Amino acid sequence: MADSANTAPTAGHDDDGGTRRDFLYLTVGAMGAIGAAVTIWPLVDSMNPSADVLALASTEVDLSPMSEGQRITITWRGKPVFVDRRTADQIKMAEEVPIDQLPDPQLDEARVQKPEWLVLIGVCTHLGCIPLGQKTGQPRGEFGGWFCPCHGSHYDTSGRIRKGPAPANMAVPPYEFLGDELIRIG
Amino acid sequence: MMNNPVVKWIDHRLPIITMMNKELNEYPTPRNLNYWWNFGSLAGIVLVIMILTGIILAMQYTAHVDYAFDSVERIMRDVNYGWMIRYIHANGASFFFIVVYIHIFRGLYYGSYKAPREILWMIGVLILLLMMATAFMGYVLPWGQMSFWGATVITNLFSAIPLVGDTIVTWLWGGFSVDNPTLNRFFALHYLMPFVLVGVVILHLWALHRFGSNNPIGIDAKGPQDKIPFNPYYTVKDAFGLGVFLLFFAGFVFFAPNYLGHPDNYIPANPLSTPAHIVPEWYFLPFYAILRAIPDKLGGVIAMFAAIAILFVLPWLDRSPVRSGKFRPVFRIFFWLLFIDCLILGYCGAKPAEGQWLWYSRIATFWYFLHFLVIIPLLGIMERPRTLPSSISQPVLEQPAE
Repeated sequence: MADSANTAPTAGHDDDGGTRRDFLYLTVGAMGAIGAAVTIWPLVDSMNPSADVLALASTEVDLSPMSEGQRITITWRGKPVFVDRRTADQIKMAEEVPIDQLPDPQLDEARVQKPEWLVLIGVCTHLGCIPLGQKTGQPRGEFGGWFCPCHGSHYDTSGRIRKGPAPANMAVPPYEFLGDELIRIG
Repeated sequence: MMNNPVVKWIDHRLPIITMMNKELNEYPTPRNLNYWWNFGSLAGIVLVIMILTGIILAMQYTAHVDYAFDSVERIMRDVNYGWMIRYIHANGASFFFIVVYIHIFRGLYYGSYKAPREILWMIGVLILLLMMATAFMGYVLPWGQMSFWGATVITNLFSAIPLVGDTIVTWLWGGFSVDNPTLNRFFALHYLMPFVLVGVVILHLWALHRFGSNNPIGIDAKGPQDKIPFNPYYTVKDAFGLGVFLLFFAGFVFFAPNYLGHPDNYIPANPLSTPAHIVPEWYFLPFYAILRAIPDKLGGVIAMFAAIAILFVLPWLDRSPVRSGKFRPVFRIFFWLLFIDCLILGYCGAKPAEGQWLWYSRIATFWYFLHFLVIIPLLGIMERPRTLPSSISQPVLEQPAE
């Protein structure tokens, strides 16, 4: 009875040298690891965005009150979104830049759905500050777009990085036109 | 593992591996422990489950009278797996008490409180008190009707203290009724106490490992032949017990998550209306019955606290030199009478405090104190215990071979 536990390690050798006990250790260990993983997952997943947070993940914006050259800021997923009704000059500036001069090469037409409307996530791609240029009188940087005061990144009229430490262009959020002057972001 | 040079380097400077090997692996344990000895490690595991789920819940909970109830409902509906985490935490409290009460009754039956384990036992009673305070404050946090009125009733217990009672209650509340300051401090303390519990549990284990576990026949090990290493023998036995426990636990969490709770706590707290019939959670019912059995405010409060305090001095009330109830035929009868008495107290605590139920609680309260203050000391003198075996292995070896 009690002695069987002491003799077990020597009993039950397989042909390849592995013992019954080795097999049991491996299966128990594997079951334990799987069990721990599926137990931890709900705890980890509870820290992901919850249903009420996801429900606020899209925002509709009526663009009709905006005049040409006007910029507005709206909130989407807790971040500022810049909407810019660009003037013909600004569109021309954005389209005429030789693409090989850009740190993060991207054509203006790839960044807009309608050239008149530029929609950007207004967060500097360097370290997350909000660039200036939305309000009249604020500096717009050397390229007429936006200027981040934290570390001096200059963005052009397409929201592309032109000068300074930021590595990438300001991101374009997913959005669609629901009407001529109504968009849904997200 | 001890051949690994990095492990060796660390262990030489901080012998934590050596210590863990000695206390958790080689640790010599009586070879005859039965399944009632599973509940100690089980209680430790439940404490870990409660702390883990509690930390996760605290990330989603808002301790404010205007938001607490809604934040709990948000956990139930919107947070990923929030319903499961909260139900594990809520039912975990009940199961913690089930496990600990079984653990205590095991200690009572097998005389685990006797020399040289008095301090071990007293730390255990302290753990019970801390658990009760933690559970009570946790129950207040969802800010339902039962939370609010439970908090009101329990804090008002302290108003029974002569002269300074009302001052103390106002201090506990941080105001003139249970309100936002009360909720905030209960949340802070509910988060703190489990970690205090962990510290006291470490002391409990420290005291345990000084002389090792008691065992079902209650005599000391005569030598190494009476002991086996904790690992793998009791790690495997504890793991099996844990599996059985988790089956029951999961049964409640997934199929009857509110069975042990009270529906009134899904009504938001209303300071202007008390529910018609308020009862504490089931694990407080025996003490609640004792509180209500005494027809005097201060007397009831004293009796209720005395019911736990009496356990502190139990090692000196029971003078019988024999530990295990196995060899004490009369004690064994009274042990089961005490067990039934506690069940009756629990049942009475759930009933309205009037008529027959009040009298049943009074008789049961009287018996509870009679047991500890009169019967146990008398048994120590008058009872003639059965002959003890000469060693732990003797009763096993004497049995005829199968």
